[in-house]
Amino acid sequence: MTAKVVTIASGKGGVGKTTSVANIAVALASRGQKVTCIDGDIGLRNLDVILGLENRIVYDLVDVIEGRCRLRQAMIRDKRLPELYLIPAAQTRDKTAVSPSDMVRLCDELSQEVDWIIIDSPAGIERGFKNAIAAADRVLVMTNAEISAVRDADRVIGLLDAEEKGPAALIINRLDPELVRRGDMLSVADVLDLLAIELIGIIPEDEKVIIASNRGQPLALDGKNKAGLAFQNIARRLMGEQVPFIELETQNLLWRLLGRK
Amino acid sequence: MTPSFIQIKGIRDGLLITLDGLTWSDLAAAFVKNVDERLSFFQGARVALNVGTNELRVADLSALRDQLSERGIALWAILSESTVTETTAQNLGLATRLSIPRPVDKLEPELELPEDAAKWVKGPLRSGGRVIFEGNVVVLGDVNPGAEIIAGGSVIVWGRLRGVVHAGAQGNEKVVVCALEMAPTQLRIAGEIAVSPKKQGKIRPEVVCLKDGQLVAEPW
Repeated sequence: MTAKVVTIASGKGGVGKTTSVANIAVALASRGQKVTCIDGDIGLRNLDVILGLENRIVYDLVDVIEGRCRLRQAMIRDKRLPELYLIPAAQTRDKTAVSPSDMVRLCDELSQEVDWIIIDSPAGIERGFKNAIAAADRVLVMTNAEISAVRDADRVIGLLDAEEKGPAALIINRLDPELVRRGDMLSVADVLDLLAIELIGIIPEDEKVIIASNRGQPLALDGKNKAGLAFQNIARRLMGEQVPFIELETQNLLWRLLGRK
Repeated sequence: MTPSFIQIKGIRDGLLITLDGLTWSDLAAAFVKNVDERLSFFQGARVALNVGTNELRVADLSALRDQLSERGIALWAILSESTVTETTAQNLGLATRLSIPRPVDKLEPELELPEDAAKWVKGPLRSGGRVIFEGNVVVLGDVNPGAEIIAGGSVIVWGRLRGVVHAGAQGNEKVVVCALEMAPTQLRIAGEIAVSPKKQGKIRPEVVCLKDGQLVAEPW
């Protein structure tokens, strides 16, 4: 097996990278793929919490790199999906504990054992970001439909081009069709207009995503939820399927017909 | 002991290290080995590398940069006689000259440029991207917010202009800025500055020039 290494990056913090890594990893694993996700945010780890695996951490990424444990020992198996693993970040260290070539070595070793390696990049464009993209075959750039996030995504896309890690694909997160309709939020077309890269996913705004993250139960397992479905669709597109984008406006129309103001 | 193909010199901004005489992969490996042997000397240093005529691609330079940064050494400049290497270094955000003069100084032409000389830039020019050229600049594609173009001559954007443009940066007032959609964050011609007014109605190509000390936009 040779794993595909996918990194999710954004530049700006708080746009939903970690939540998406968890959900995309879960979606891939629920399709029978063998997946390992790596939390690249050393010192500010979160991915374990969102996957609900916080209390199982014994060893972490830095322990593997510094040789205190074997790779398998740091891989935490998911509670629900037997083919999903997490390598958590160290909480007591910082980004300099890992180097880009460490990440390349680690992913090389892992790639024999799994189909997918999904790396959660920290915010920013410094060392942590460079570590996270060093081993990537593919980078997904994440943004919200707001100007500052789009500006940072643009910068990240430029950096990826310079490092020859492009072309990146875009995920637009927390899109609120109602706000777009009223002209109070950038539309998908506005964002694509500026960033001019391939779109791989649109996640609608949904409070259930936050609730699910707080409970440590990623939403992608819930096939009826639109956001969960959007994550499933990203997984399918990564696997090479052609999947049409969910029509977000119809929901709106339905609500309006049902008398929602 | 430092081998003869590695020369180290102290300069104002740190160390200037000249690598020459072997193939690049041997040089890079030997250099990293040398650094490891004398880590206490190199650690925390700011290093400029003179790589002579070696033609280096992004993978070569970024690998070396990462290896050095793992050892606490900041690679900040690459000096080279090869234009390929210079372009690579610039793409990676490394300096290609030792003294970094202010942008305006850098615009002093080194050669006498013909009046119609232009730099061709393939767009989109993204946030953080910067083009500095003493002649005219032509961009094929968009110039996004957060990008910057400083030109001695005119600037033509075949796309949307939403970043910052300074045309006639050396004081030439006879230059123009044109774009298919003119919505710059800020526009400067010679010494005059303007921000673009809120646009209404149909988008059309426009040309901006300096008339009686004011920036004026007209249909193009």
